[in-house]
Amino acid sequence: MTSAFLLMMRRELTVAFRRWADVALPLVFFSIVCTLFPLAVGQNAETLRNVGPGAIWVAALLATLLSLNTLFRDDFDDGSLEQLALSQQPLTVLLLAKTCSHWIVTELPLVVIAPVLGLGFGMTGNGIGALLLTLLIGTPALSLIGSVGAALTAGLRGASGLLALLLLPLTVPILIFGARAASLADEGIAIDGPLFMLGGLSMLALALTPFATAAAVRVSLD
Amino acid sequence: MDSRSFRLEWSNLSLWRGDRCLQSNLSGSLASGQALTLRGPNGCGKTTLLRSLCGLSLPETGEIRWQGELLSRVRTDYYAHMAYSGHSNGLKSDLSTRENLSFAARLGKRERDHAELLLGLNLQDCADIPVRSLSAGQRRRASLAAVLASGTELWVLDEPYTNLDRAGCEWLGQRLNAHISNGGLLLLAAHQASLLDPGIETSVELSGIAA
Repeated sequence: MTSAFLLMMRRELTVAFRRWADVALPLVFFSIVCTLFPLAVGQNAETLRNVGPGAIWVAALLATLLSLNTLFRDDFDDGSLEQLALSQQPLTVLLLAKTCSHWIVTELPLVVIAPVLGLGFGMTGNGIGALLLTLLIGTPALSLIGSVGAALTAGLRGASGLLALLLLPLTVPILIFGARAASLADEGIAIDGPLFMLGGLSMLALALTPFATAAAVRVSLD
Repeated sequence: MDSRSFRLEWSNLSLWRGDRCLQSNLSGSLASGQALTLRGPNGCGKTTLLRSLCGLSLPETGEIRWQGELLSRVRTDYYAHMAYSGHSNGLKSDLSTRENLSFAARLGKRERDHAELLLGLNLQDCADIPVRSLSAGQRRRASLAAVLASGTELWVLDEPYTNLDRAGCEWLGQRLNAHISNGGLLLLAAHQASLLDPGIETSVELSGIAA
């Protein structure tokens, strides 16, 4: 089972590495959206600092959504998804490996670049640290919940709008705890509570969504 | 290959696509050393039947049994013994043929040398370039290679001769005959004249839209 997981991860990362332009797209989108905010909100340092964590979190959410469109679509179109479903390895494990590599190639770069963008909003060192931490703990939940939606809409035409409608409401708790924790830390308040909550949400998603994703893929293939 | 004998049976299947009934009351069986070819006009449900027998689509009614057990109960065992090649090739276009085949083999825990197979399929020279740059016929060959290399007993092939040149068809016909005479099972949907040896193949003619 572990070997199937690693095998699948390796294939996904190889494919992602060869299609680096597709992989870089969410990162570029994320950076652009984050730089648009200061332009639109104005140069008042206080206002910028206040909207910073929220803006960065919303941009991360939208960038994730952008990348989820293709999570299972390519595999569905070229038939490799049905080959995975027909393998003797558990589909749940194979798809979880796909979702993990999605997190590594899409979410991890966002987490890494977020502090730089936080500086642009004039956030304090404390706030930037918290932003990094909340993104690191919260984005796995985004990938995992997103994989269910992506699996459900893999076979549909023009599904990107539907995917957004399906997923955005489900990601609201993560957004609230993530952005709020970052801005509380920016004001110098302890954020253990929201961090534990975020971690809990990610763990819950890890425990439940792989099965839902596998079931959704089987439905999509039918 | 496993020396046990295998048996796939299906009874009273009805196949629907959306709100159209394609076929109803289909029954049949396939055992080791047998080949079954589905024939019929376009849209009569050949692919849907094959996908149902693979467990990819759920038939509206009826049941499918592998070794006498319901397919839904013995899924893992069934998939350890079958390989499917459908209309889409199941190859990642950014990986080379060799990488695709090696992934398929390792996923099925059957590490093996593909050199002889690639040679037979005339793919040895383009085995290391991305599948994206191959022609449709070469892609079909690569997709068939994954099934031929799988070492499984039951092969389910949906129109395998599509895009293949004459030599490729003949080569495939020989491989399929060899598979059957080794005690394999073969489920085929095809429009072309049979390339299998007479006597080992049963043909089922599916009629046009039933209702």
